[in-house]
Amino acid sequence: MKSLHISTTINGDPVEFICDPDEPLLDVLRNRLGLTGAKEGCGTGDCGACSVTLDGRLVCACLVLGAEAQGAEISTIEGMALGDHLHPLQRAFIDGAALQCGICTPGILIAAKALLEKNASPSDEEVRYWLAGNLCRCTGYDKIIAAVQVAAAEMRSA
Amino acid sequence: MALDQPKREFRYVGTRPNRPDGVDKVTGRAQYGADMTAPGMLTGAILRSPHPHAKIVSIDTSAAAAIPGVRAVITGADFARPDDNFLRDVQENCMAREKVLYDGHAVAAVAATSAAIAKAALKAIKVTYQALPHVTDVDAAMKPGAPVVQAGRALENVPGGMSDNVTNACEFGHGDLDAGFAKADLVIDRSFKTAATHQGYIEPHACLASVTADGKADLWCCTQGHFFVRTLCSAIMGMEASQLRVTPSEIGGGFGGKTTVFIEPVALALSKMAGRPVKIVMARDEVFRATGPTVSSSMDVRIGMTKDGRITAGEANLRYSGGAFPCGTVDMGAQAAFAAYDLAAVRTYGWNALTNRPKEAAYRAPGAPQAIYAVESVVDELCQKLGLDPLMVRLKNAAKKGTLSSYGPTFNEIGLEATLQAAKAHPHYTAPLGKNQGRGLSCGFWFNFGGNTCVSLNINTDGTVGVTEGNPDIGGSRASISLMAAEELGIPYENIRTIVADTNSLGFNDVTDGSRVTFAVGLATIKAARDAIGKMKARAAKFWGIDEEAVNWVDGAAVPAGPNAGKFPPLSLAEIAAVSPQTGGPIAGHYEVNVDGAGVSFGVHLVDVEVDPETGFTKVLRYTVFQDAGKAVHPDYVEGQMQGGAVQGIGWALNEEYIYGADGRLQNPGFLDYRIPVASDLPKIDTVILEIPNPGHPYGVRGVGETPIVPPLAAIANAVSRAAGVRLTELPMSPPRILAALKG
Repeated sequence: MKSLHISTTINGDPVEFICDPDEPLLDVLRNRLGLTGAKEGCGTGDCGACSVTLDGRLVCACLVLGAEAQGAEISTIEGMALGDHLHPLQRAFIDGAALQCGICTPGILIAAKALLEKNASPSDEEVRYWLAGNLCRCTGYDKIIAAVQVAAAEMRSA
Repeated sequence: MALDQPKREFRYVGTRPNRPDGVDKVTGRAQYGADMTAPGMLTGAILRSPHPHAKIVSIDTSAAAAIPGVRAVITGADFARPDDNFLRDVQENCMAREKVLYDGHAVAAVAATSAAIAKAALKAIKVTYQALPHVTDVDAAMKPGAPVVQAGRALENVPGGMSDNVTNACEFGHGDLDAGFAKADLVIDRSFKTAATHQGYIEPHACLASVTADGKADLWCCTQGHFFVRTLCSAIMGMEASQLRVTPSEIGGGFGGKTTVFIEPVALALSKMAGRPVKIVMARDEVFRATGPTVSSSMDVRIGMTKDGRITAGEANLRYSGGAFPCGTVDMGAQAAFAAYDLAAVRTYGWNALTNRPKEAAYRAPGAPQAIYAVESVVDELCQKLGLDPLMVRLKNAAKKGTLSSYGPTFNEIGLEATLQAAKAHPHYTAPLGKNQGRGLSCGFWFNFGGNTCVSLNINTDGTVGVTEGNPDIGGSRASISLMAAEELGIPYENIRTIVADTNSLGFNDVTDGSRVTFAVGLATIKAARDAIGKMKARAAKFWGIDEEAVNWVDGAAVPAGPNAGKFPPLSLAEIAAVSPQTGGPIAGHYEVNVDGAGVSFGVHLVDVEVDPETGFTKVLRYTVFQDAGKAVHPDYVEGQMQGGAVQGIGWALNEEYIYGADGRLQNPGFLDYRIPVASDLPKIDTVILEIPNPGHPYGVRGVGETPIVPPLAAIANAVSRAAGVRLTELPMSPPRILAALKG
C-alpha cells in the first residue's frame, strides 16, 4: 500500500502527515501526531471516547480514515481550551465532579460542545440522548448531565 | 491498636474542592496506559485461541519470525513454569501451555516495528489444535461426566465423588435450620441464575515494558495495583523485585478488573527477547474474551418467615463458575448472602466449578451481588405473599451492633438500620405508582478491606506539602487523601499535592481494591501527618527552649501547651518549614501499617420501573441510593461511587451478559452487543449519604466503592416482578426473558 500525504488543519494549526490508505484518523492523531487526548475504547464506533469534529461534524475518529482529513478542519480535545483559559464545559466538569477515571471525558466534552453549538438550551433528556453514543462506566452519567447544563447556562448568559 | 473516638468536627474533610488531576483530564493531557511511548518502541500483539478447549499439538513460529520487522516471537514454552499454583495459573492465563482453556486464550505473541507487521506476523503463526469437548455452563460443568477443564485442581475440603471441575467448597452459618423452618408460616424455595458480566472499563488494558541486557526492567501500565503487578511479573519472569520498577499510568476504570496481569508478563518477555521496549494495547474484543469477567452463577435459596415478618431460617446453595481456573469468589458470596439479617438459623454452601470461560477477576464486591440478589428476591416474594411491607420486614430483621453475623463475626457499629430508616422516611418510598409500574428495594453489604499501606508526607520549605502514596486513583482518591492531610496538618487543601509513586518509592501497598484506599491510605496519611507534626513540634520546642511535650499543634501551627509552657507566639507550619535547614534538616512524616478495622458497609436501594407488556422492555423511572459512608471525605466522589455502582448494577440486571454459543465461543465481545447502560437509558440517580462513624478510622471513614453494585440486581428484579405480576429468577431480565415470563 502506498502511503498518502495529507494536508489538513487541526485545532487551527496547519498540519501535514503521511498515512496508510486504511489508517484510521484516530491512529494518525494518537500515533503520528502525538495528540493522545482522543482515546480508543473500542475501535468500532460504539464508545465515543475518540470523538472529534471534522468540519464541525461530530465523528468517531476510529471510524474516519486519516485520508479523509485532507483539506478539512479537525477539532480535538487538545484545542478546546484557549491557552490557559478552560472552556466553560471543561470548568463545569471539574467543578461538578463530572469525571472519575476521566478516560471518556475528552470524548464527552467534544460531544457536549457539539450539542451546545446546535442547541444552546437542551433539556436533560436531549442531553442524555445526544450523549447516548458516549459510554461512561464510572459516573452513572448523573453529574455529567448536570455539568453540561451548568456550562450551557453559563454560555447562554455570556 | 487502641483507637480514640473518631473525630466528628471538620474544617476541610466533607468539603468538595476540585480534584488535583481535573485539568489534565479535561484537556486530554492525562496519560493513560496506551498513551505511553519510549524511544525504539516495538508493537506487541497476541495470537488467541479460536477454540474453547483444545490440545495444542504444535506451534510453528518460523514463518512469522522471518518477516522483516519482526523482532521477537514467543509462546508458552518461553516462560518457566512457576512452582506455586496461584502463580502458575496467572502465567498460564497470560499464555497457554499444553491446552487452551477458553475462546481467546493467548497462545503466542510477537513484537514488530509496526502494528501492521505485527498483525501479519500473527497470521503467519501456525498452531495445530486438537479440539476437546467443552463446557461453559456451571450446572453442566458440575454434572458427573462433564468435560474436564483441568483435572486434580480440587481443594482438600471438596468431597469426593463430584465432577473433577468442582474446585472449591465452603460452608458458613449457625443455628438449627430444621427448627427454624418449622417455626415459619411460609417457606419459599427458589432457584436463580445470573450471567457473567464484565467490568466494562472504557480503557482497554495497556502496558509498555522495557527490559535491558543487564536484567533491569521498567514497566508502565494501567493497573489498580502496581506493587502486585511487580510481585506477579517478577515471579513469572524470575526477576528480583528490585530489578523491576512498575509505574502506574492514569487508569481508565478498573472496578476490580485491573487487579491482576494479562499482558504485562508477555510484554516483558517480548522486550527481553527483542532488547527493545515493547508496548501492548488490547483491542476491545480481547478485553471481553481474555480478561476477567465475573463469575456466572446458579443458586437455590430457601427462607422461612412468620406471618408478622420475622425470618425464622435461611439457607442458600451457591454454584459459581470463575472460568477455567480455580476461584474462591463463592466464599465471599456465601458469607455475604444473609449479612443484612439477624438470624437464629442460617446456613450457606458454596461451590466453584471450572468451565471453558476466561479466568474470573474481581468486579466490585466480588461474589456478593449474585448471592444477595437471590436472597433479597426470596425475602421480597415472602413479603408479597404474606402481605407485608418489605421495608418494615427488613427493619424487623436487620443486623445491628452485637448481631452474630451469618458468616461468623459479631457486628460492631453498623449503619443498616439507619440506612433503612432513611429509605423509609424518603418521599420516594411512598410516591404513587402507575400502571405496569413496580417498586423494588434491596439491602446490600460488603466487608471492606484495609491492608498493607505505606505513605510518605514531605514538608516543603515553602510551607506546602507533598503526599506520596502507592495506590492508583480510580475515582478521586488523590483529592480525598489531600483533604485528610489538610485536616490533620491544619493547612489549606490547595497547599497539598498528592501523587501516586512507583514501586521503588514506597514500601508494598496492597492493590486498590476492597474499597480500601480512602479508608486505609487515608488512615496512613493522617498518621504520617501526625508523625510530621511531632517532628515540627520538636523543632518549635527546640526554638523556644522548652520540652516537646509542652507544645501543641493547633490550626496549622505549634503553640505552647499552656501558661506553664511559656509565652510564645504560634509558629506556623510554613515558619517551621522555612528554617528547617537550620534546625535539623528536612521534615517528613511516614507511616507503614497493615490496617485492620475497615468497617463493613451497608446500602439500601429503591427503584421504580415500568415494564412494557408488549415488548418486555423495562424502563427505570426513579432510583435512590442510601448508603453509610462512615464519613464522606469528599461527598462528590462518594455520590459518584454510589451512582456509578448503581448504574453498573442496572446494566447487570437488565442488559449485560456473556453469551456463549454451542461452539463455546463468546458471541458478543463488543460494546454493540454487550450493552452497558447509556445516558438515555437512565433517570437521575438520587443519593442519600448516611454517616455512622467507623470506630476503626480516626475520622470514622468506611470504604464506599463496592457496596453500591450489590443491591441493584434484586431491587430491580423485585420492581420488575411486582410490575409484571410474575417472579423473575434469571439475570439479565432482557425483554425476551420478561416476555417469556409474562406468557407463563
